[in-house]
Amino acid sequence: MILTVNGDQVEIPEAIETITELLQHFKLYDKVIIVEKNGEILEKAKHSESLISDKDSIELVHFVGGG
Amino acid sequence: MLKIGNLEFSSRLLLGTGKYPDFDTQKQAVDVSGTEILTFSVRRMNIFEASQPNFLEKLDISKYTLLPNTAGAKTAKEAVRIAKLAKASGLCDMIKVEVIGCEKTLLPDPIETLKASEELLKEGFIVMPYTSDDVLLAKRLEELGCHAVMPGASPIGSGQGIINPLNLSFIIEQATVPVIVDAGIGTPSDAAIAMELGASGVLLNTAVSGAKEPVKMAKAMKLSIEAGRLGYEAGRIPKKRYATASSPMEGMSLS
Repeated sequence: MILTVNGDQVEIPEAIETITELLQHFKLYDKVIIVEKNGEILEKAKHSESLISDKDSIELVHFVGGG
Repeated sequence: MLKIGNLEFSSRLLLGTGKYPDFDTQKQAVDVSGTEILTFSVRRMNIFEASQPNFLEKLDISKYTLLPNTAGAKTAKEAVRIAKLAKASGLCDMIKVEVIGCEKTLLPDPIETLKASEELLKEGFIVMPYTSDDVLLAKRLEELGCHAVMPGASPIGSGQGIINPLNLSFIIEQATVPVIVDAGIGTPSDAAIAMELGASGVLLNTAVSGAKEPVKMAKAMKLSIEAGRLGYEAGRIPKKRYATASSPMEGMSLS
């Protein structure tokens, strides 16, 4: 399936069904990361039950240094 | 004690985490600064470089209160979105509202800052807006219920120090919430002056991270903020036009 991840078109194996699995796919699972799916911010507790499907738009953000 | 909302801090230095030469220097600077509140930003991550270490991984973040900023926002709507993203991390419910209205000066847009603060207060955030040194704007933000106001000393990253101490002192005098002087600090003496004016705290970043020796400057800032606060509490002497002798006048004639 094709997702838009942070503005880029990315092909993802069909076996990936949830946000948690998507983060594992990108090797991001143990990082402090915030997920927005189709404009909706997902609490961390909802990652494992939040399903992804073709053409979803996913934003992955994190904390960086700043003042 | 610095009290913000229901939180208490013994350090009055709030330290930014941007632009350190490397993570180890940053960690050491954070350690010696004695800060209890760290600011940082929220950004899209590069998913193709996910293995890059993140600055948070070097710090024991459980030791600090995290104060994400909404830097990058130009409108209230963008600031609210960034604040909500930060909160969804589950690590923080404080937010530094930063809505920049001018690319060249990086001065905040007062109207959008006010709107964003109002919305975020409704959402239950501990709201700390970065503002210009406008006395009435600070008052309006306090009346909304903001938990602190953070007027800039001079433009972000400029190191120009405190260019309008009079306005800052007006803001401080009328404030019912902590006033934290944010942005523009260049030297330890700038930070000390902010504290002598009666500020509850100082937020700085570039003055430390851009110093030739950031760790040493972090220590200097810690000490100057403590000294400035003590001086404020002790109460300075009034300025006089002419001299007043420190030594007694009696018994001067020995002949």
